[in-house]
Amino acid sequence: MYVVICGGGKVGWNLARELIEKNHEVTLIEQDRRRYLIIEEELEHAVQYGDATELWILERAGIQRADLVIAVTGDDEDNILICQIAKEKYLCERTISRVNNPRNLQHFELLGIQPAVSATDLILRLIEHEVPQYGLVHLLDLPAERLEIIEISVTAGAPAAGKSVSDISMPDGSLIISVLPEGGGGFVPKADTVINAGDEVLLVLDPGLEDAITEQFAPNGTGPAGY
Amino acid sequence: MFVLIVGAGRVGSTVAKTALAAGHEVSVLDEDPLSHERLDANQPTSWEDAGGRFTVGTALEVDALLEAGIEDADVFVASTNGDNTNLVIAQIAQKRFGVERVIARVLDPARASWYSQQGLETICPTQFAINEFERVLGVSA
Repeated sequence: MYVVICGGGKVGWNLARELIEKNHEVTLIEQDRRRYLIIEEELEHAVQYGDATELWILERAGIQRADLVIAVTGDDEDNILICQIAKEKYLCERTISRVNNPRNLQHFELLGIQPAVSATDLILRLIEHEVPQYGLVHLLDLPAERLEIIEISVTAGAPAAGKSVSDISMPDGSLIISVLPEGGGGFVPKADTVINAGDEVLLVLDPGLEDAITEQFAPNGTGPAGY
Repeated sequence: MFVLIVGAGRVGSTVAKTALAAGHEVSVLDEDPLSHERLDANQPTSWEDAGGRFTVGTALEVDALLEAGIEDADVFVASTNGDNTNLVIAQIAQKRFGVERVIARVLDPARASWYSQQGLETICPTQFAINEFERVLGVSA
């Protein structure tokens, strides 16, 4: 795979290194002369000097034949522009962009730049996972498909606790896809599998069913004391 | 006509003053509060007394754009000092707020020409300079 990475900061440089190790062909574009010279000592011809929002710089890097363009500069406007040009002018099918300010995510979405990855959001997601405040954690959102996969810990006294899967009154548009018992392990449940308090269950659902699901599995919350 | 100008540098502030003097409603947005001085310079009254509006804020902040009145704007001028900022906010004005006429200043002729092919009105000062030099030197194609 041929990958063009725009922006030789920590993210861009490390991505370039990892992708080269995985035997991909990589060109990294860095616009700061001093930074470029430092990276060049390690990556040699795989790094080029220039402003990745200039068309001729992108063309020099061979964007026309890129399988993937990654925009990870520290500037959201630049990242939007790079991905837009890669897709619409050079017909590159896949782009990945970094969102520096999560409030700019709406602009990436408006202009059809996706996936757009925000480190702040990722860390927030991890905090949600590590410190579940509401017991329900989003593992994967597929907005285009209007589906999401969530994880929830079953609390003692919840309507679902102690019931078999077929007896739990699941809202339409939701399905239990996995049970992770308290003691470890995990399996795909059958109709007669009994869900116990303390188990974690994975569900796939239509967006908007979070409240109904919480009602069934963790109406009293599962967060640590104080939450 | 209500004109919203984002970026009160030499170009933005001068166009703002001319448009106001021509009787249009003009609102200016700039991230630098001091840029207001350019709107007052060489004017008999202050910008606000003359009927102008001024908002401090970054162009990509939706709240700032709303405060500057983007929802009522008939014309949107993107004249910050960043080509990419201008191209992105111009598209936001067009696609999100449906502003009827959107004009972006783009210094790089290559980007200006490609985005104008995509239906965005761009003004490229560099291209004007190139054309003028070529004309003066008698080498125009």
